[in-house]
Amino acid sequence: MWFFIVRRVLYAVPILLGVSMVVFVLMKMVPGDAADIMIPPEAPKEVADMIRARFGLDQPAHIQYLRWLQAMASGDLGTSIFTNQPVAEELFGALANTMKIALPAVFLGFSLGVLLGALAAYYNGSWLDKLFSGVAIAGVSLPHYWVGMVLVAIFAVSLNILPGQGMGPEGFPTTWEHIQHLILPVVTLSLIPMGVISRLVRANVLEIRSMEFVSALQAKGLRGPRVLLHIMKNAAPSALALMGLQFGYLLGGSILVETVFNWPGSGSLLNLAIFRRDIPVLSATILVLATIFVVINILVDVLQALIDPRIRR
Amino acid sequence: MSVATIPKECTAANEGAKPLVRVNNLTVRFITRDRTIDAVNGVSFTVDAGEVLCILGESGSGKSVTLRAMMRLLPPHLTKISGEITVDDEDILSLGAPALSDLRGGEVAMIFQEPMTSFDPVFTIGNQIIETVKRHDGLSESDARKRALELLEMVQIPSPARRLDNYPHEMSGGMRQRAMIALALSCRPRLLLADEPTTALDATVQIQILQLLHRLQRELGMAVLFVTHDVGVAVEISDRIAVMYAGRFVETGPVRAVIREPQHPYTQGLLASTVNGAMRGKRLEAIPGSPVNLAALPPGCAFAPRCRHAEPACAVPPPETWIEPTRMVRCIRATPK
Ligand code: SF4
Repeated sequence: MWFFIVRRVLYAVPILLGVSMVVFVLMKMVPGDAADIMIPPEAPKEVADMIRARFGLDQPAHIQYLRWLQAMASGDLGTSIFTNQPVAEELFGALANTMKIALPAVFLGFSLGVLLGALAAYYNGSWLDKLFSGVAIAGVSLPHYWVGMVLVAIFAVSLNILPGQGMGPEGFPTTWEHIQHLILPVVTLSLIPMGVISRLVRANVLEIRSMEFVSALQAKGLRGPRVLLHIMKNAAPSALALMGLQFGYLLGGSILVETVFNWPGSGSLLNLAIFRRDIPVLSATILVLATIFVVINILVDVLQALIDPRIRR
Repeated sequence: MSVATIPKECTAANEGAKPLVRVNNLTVRFITRDRTIDAVNGVSFTVDAGEVLCILGESGSGKSVTLRAMMRLLPPHLTKISGEITVDDEDILSLGAPALSDLRGGEVAMIFQEPMTSFDPVFTIGNQIIETVKRHDGLSESDARKRALELLEMVQIPSPARRLDNYPHEMSGGMRQRAMIALALSCRPRLLLADEPTTALDATVQIQILQLLHRLQRELGMAVLFVTHDVGVAVEISDRIAVMYAGRFVETGPVRAVIREPQHPYTQGLLASTVNGAMRGKRLEAIPGSPVNLAALPPGCAFAPRCRHAEPACAVPPPETWIEPTRMVRCIRATPK
């Protein structure tokens, strides 16, 4: 098992290096460098060269890349050209905001997805199956910013029982005041994970239920709930993998949903950085998100291997 | 260790003449939207306590379906079962779900053809035995574990303590089947249902597993209903044989009598195709023609299309003819001795 974990972590290194290279190349492909933005066009060439040399921009590309990578790895994510603030501050603030809705959303989506999927499979072919499958398909295929707007229209505007905008007070959500603001965006974001996970779980449970070992479990006298436990443990690894992916997507933030709810998360940050051509923010955000994505996947892989020993190879 | 942990009263060698299992006119139909398959068409037999009855037949003869019907393991929404099955005077077909699950794995246990697919791949072998023991005997976790260990010793799995924590994929095929036998015997069944338990194994392992089963069967005095397509295996393990074709028993009798003097043309074909009656591991295929289509059975003798003795009289279903008190043949040519 330890061997598996170490190997899995080692695999992540080339992936992250690859991502960082792509990000770096993209940064360099954008016409003009940081110096061009900082130095007024009328500045003498010597001054410009001095500034370039100070920022290492006169060095060959691979040296620049290594320096950049070193800075990133040591936690120095650079400075925003637009706000002159350290990127790290903006980025982690936005990520924390996104986390506040992504974490509950993925949790809700996963639980509901597993529940609906298992029930649909259990009552395969009945109206319950059709109902739950319909809910799942709707969850996946309705544009979720639209669902968000509809929810705002119903619960915030017509009924006026939930806030439709913003995050409420600062800080870790503990009071009802906080939680109120979370409900609509969390429900909106949970729709896709709920839909895809329930489709997958339904298909898996149906397949597993027809396997010989389920007959064997019945043949040794196990009762329904215990048999269900066996089936669900077999279905868990793939559902977890999908959950990991979905969580990764959610952390990238949904620009549209964050816009609908006026939620200053990582999606909004990325969006702003693109508009402002704020390359340091953009590159650091992408790199950090990619790293988180890879870390989540490692965690999911380890979890899968804990559940299904056949994966530990 | 062997039988030491199995209480004496449960080994039930022979309690009088009353058979343990009584199956009367069992029929099983699979009903799907576009067709109905007559898998089992009126099968009757008895098995005494401590007796081994082998059902011999090709795939599609209904032998495995018969076996699964004994525990009602067939998918209920697709299957129509009629007739009568009693085990130790309990009417299996009318048992409620709780009583049925008490019986399964307790009084009646089953071993399957493919030990790889009949264990849950994500639970350890030990866990799967322990949960069975706990389910039926209400033992504590540690007592159940002790019991599981003894069971693995009983089926001669080397270093059993370590094997308890193995997952199915970490064992060899033969080892897995031993573990499956240990699991099946964990609650001292009086009837063991064995569905081709050696077919998926290598020839040498087959013999070991058969010998193990045979030894345990005698030590524990349990009845076994053994299903196989392999004449050699049937000869090795059984007291009586029932040859099955198209969902019916076409010939039954003590193993030696059936092997030495097969009466039904189908049995004769089966035995001829194995060259030597005791040869193991040979597929039954030397009979001309293909196995019968269970969705469209011929009205008379189902074997008629492949039978070289077929005659017009075979167009009506041949009755069971008891040529001796213990031997039945379902063929118009059979005559009592
Ligand atoms: S009844 Fe007729 S067709 Fe059937 S086995 Fe006997 S001889 Fe052959």
